[in-house]
Amino acid sequence: MAMLEKAAPAGGTPTRRRGRSLRSLTRRDRLVLALMVGVPSALHLAFVWVPALGSIALSFSRWEGIGGFSSIQWIKTLNYKQIFTIYPPFWPAVRHNLEWMGFLFLATGVGLFLAVQLDKRLRGSRIYQSVIFMPVMLSFAIVGFIWHLVYSYDFGLINNLFHTHVDWLGDSRINLWSALVAASWRHVGYIMIIYLAGLKAVDASLREAAAIDGANEWQTFTRVVFPALKPINVVVLVITVIEALRAFDLVYVINKGTNGLELISALVVSNIVGEASRIGYGSALAVILLVVSLVFIIPYLVAYFRANFGARGAR
Amino acid sequence: MPRSSSPSGSPAPSAVGMPLLSRRDMLKMVGVTAGAVTLPELLAACGSKKSGGGGTASKTVTIGSNASDAAPKAAYQQVFAKAKASTGLDLQVNTVDHNTFQQQINSYLQGTPQDVFFWFAGYRMQFFAAKGLATSISDVWDKIGSSYTPALKAASTGQDGKQYFVPFYYYPWAVFYRKSVFAKHGYQPAKTWDDYLALLKQQKKDGYVPLAMADDGGWPVQGTFDYLNMRINGYQFHVDLMAGKQAWTDPKVMDVFNHWAQILPYHDLQGGLARKWEEAAITLKNKKTAMFLLGSFVAQQFSGADLADLDFFAFPQINAQFAQDSVEAPIDGFMVSRKPKNLAGAKTLLEYMASPEAIATYLKSDPTNIAANTQADTSNYNALQKKSLELIGSAQHISQFMDRDSRPDFVSTVMIPSLQSFIKNPTPSATSSLLSSIEKQKQAIFVG
Repeated sequence: MAMLEKAAPAGGTPTRRRGRSLRSLTRRDRLVLALMVGVPSALHLAFVWVPALGSIALSFSRWEGIGGFSSIQWIKTLNYKQIFTIYPPFWPAVRHNLEWMGFLFLATGVGLFLAVQLDKRLRGSRIYQSVIFMPVMLSFAIVGFIWHLVYSYDFGLINNLFHTHVDWLGDSRINLWSALVAASWRHVGYIMIIYLAGLKAVDASLREAAAIDGANEWQTFTRVVFPALKPINVVVLVITVIEALRAFDLVYVINKGTNGLELISALVVSNIVGEASRIGYGSALAVILLVVSLVFIIPYLVAYFRANFGARGAR
Repeated sequence: MPRSSSPSGSPAPSAVGMPLLSRRDMLKMVGVTAGAVTLPELLAACGSKKSGGGGTASKTVTIGSNASDAAPKAAYQQVFAKAKASTGLDLQVNTVDHNTFQQQINSYLQGTPQDVFFWFAGYRMQFFAAKGLATSISDVWDKIGSSYTPALKAASTGQDGKQYFVPFYYYPWAVFYRKSVFAKHGYQPAKTWDDYLALLKQQKKDGYVPLAMADDGGWPVQGTFDYLNMRINGYQFHVDLMAGKQAWTDPKVMDVFNHWAQILPYHDLQGGLARKWEEAAITLKNKKTAMFLLGSFVAQQFSGADLADLDFFAFPQINAQFAQDSVEAPIDGFMVSRKPKNLAGAKTLLEYMASPEAIATYLKSDPTNIAANTQADTSNYNALQKKSLELIGSAQHISQFMDRDSRPDFVSTVMIPSLQSFIKNPTPSATSSLLSSIEKQKQAIFVG
């Protein structure tokens, strides 16, 4: 994103120049250009659009994944009807995905807070950085395993240390929050490192100017530093939304996404993976997930690009 | 993952880390459109080197094995070494991770599977047989049939009445307990439902949690449902219900849940739904809980004196009409794929695998199971094995476990969450709306 930002100003005038030069290109150059554009486009088409459209098509079918196309029954919107009406885990899954997103935004705030603190060159800030960043290097499968040791009812760290009797992972009223704490443990480190990089890039003279104008620390941050972080904020926002919607590994490790940990992604997997796969039904769930993702991502990106590139064009 | 957790058929952690889900069927789509079969081809290509030239075809038999854990793998190595010597066949074994094998079975069987593959008896076998993904081996059964009980033959028979499966070993489910605990308090194994309730009550009074409980993966509690249903409504009703031929809204099913609700409070419910069976087994070992309804693989968590102290009794009788005539004992064995390169060789191999010698070789290295073959040598069995043998020998019907007796998609997407929600809220009104929800979803899945 930061690169886009930088590249953009150069983009205004060269467009015209490129338009002129395209005609003057030799045949060989054009061939090279065609290949350079064509090959990635073909790959993109084959690996992104064909499967995506295939998924959408399959979502209107009933197919066990056995046999060829002839064994696919087309059932129109029956899968969707069933998902919305008689599939008990669906609505909880939608709610959990939203709660997941809300909680991750809190975690994002914590990550920002930590980044700001670590940016102050405290003694040992490198160590803190490493410690907080460490979970990011672990896969969610391992994160799930580690937190199982913490949460286990009989043998877990928490229940043994504090002599509590809380069923952290088995009680469907709280296990989502337990899982979210584990997810945030990893998310915070990720966000922290991104913001830390962003903060390092904020021009020191901005702060100095603010200080000269008599701004206190809070004012400097909210009025000067944070707005200067805008490109980073967009990245973080998109990352957080995507993390929330694709959340899957952790709940799958804990209990395969059942009993209070239903997420749309986990439902897709439980329907498609396995011996007698419900390809069509799972595809319908995947399409719903896709639509939900687009609903969150597209408006923001549109607004962002309009604000940044649209305005510049007018300038 | 231990082999024994496979009665679950629960999805494997190996699926973990899979990126955005739809990608998997997308791959399939791409494969189909490209006129190639991707996943299965890849899978098969991973392990089995295509033996060049058909010249040796009559001698070579390929085998797809899911026995990836160390003990069974070593045991099978010995079995196949002897099989080679005895039959003169050249056996090429391709071992795939147990859970991966199970998850990929669909695409595996449609691709280029090995001639003989490891699989499970019951509906799970019938499903693939009915889809035309397995070859009938009724003529093998003409030769080996006398070594097996009628119950085992039934478990090896497809919906079309032909045999598709050679059973190798099985392991029963029962109520496990520690002899020392029972001796200390003078408890007697329960024969009837009333005995059972009285026993639970007494154990609770004596400070035990009467029944250990685990449900990590969603499968362990299915055993309780299976036994209750078979004891109350009989084997036939149970199998029909599992096969989608009976309605879940039938009052008979409600009766099962009513009985379950009676014993539910005696379970180790705190933390139960998230507990792994291994952890629950330890509560039995530590005498926190008094009994545990599980497969005989529970013994894996016991050793030495603890193991000698472990015993079990059959799930008590509820309805005199059915008494204790059914045992839940998942059977593992072998099938022949739909287009084997060497059908004659595959059949010769299966005849050998059905011999008492083959299973005896196996059990020597992995003594946690019972030979399916009635003529197998049982003199080396340990006490639990001997008792398991008696239990199964006395049964008229052998069920396979919920997820083996029914469509796996139905069990994993409908029954696992439904049984969990029953355990969380076992009131009659919640149960009855749960059952109508199950029935609606069943009708959506069991079509055609």
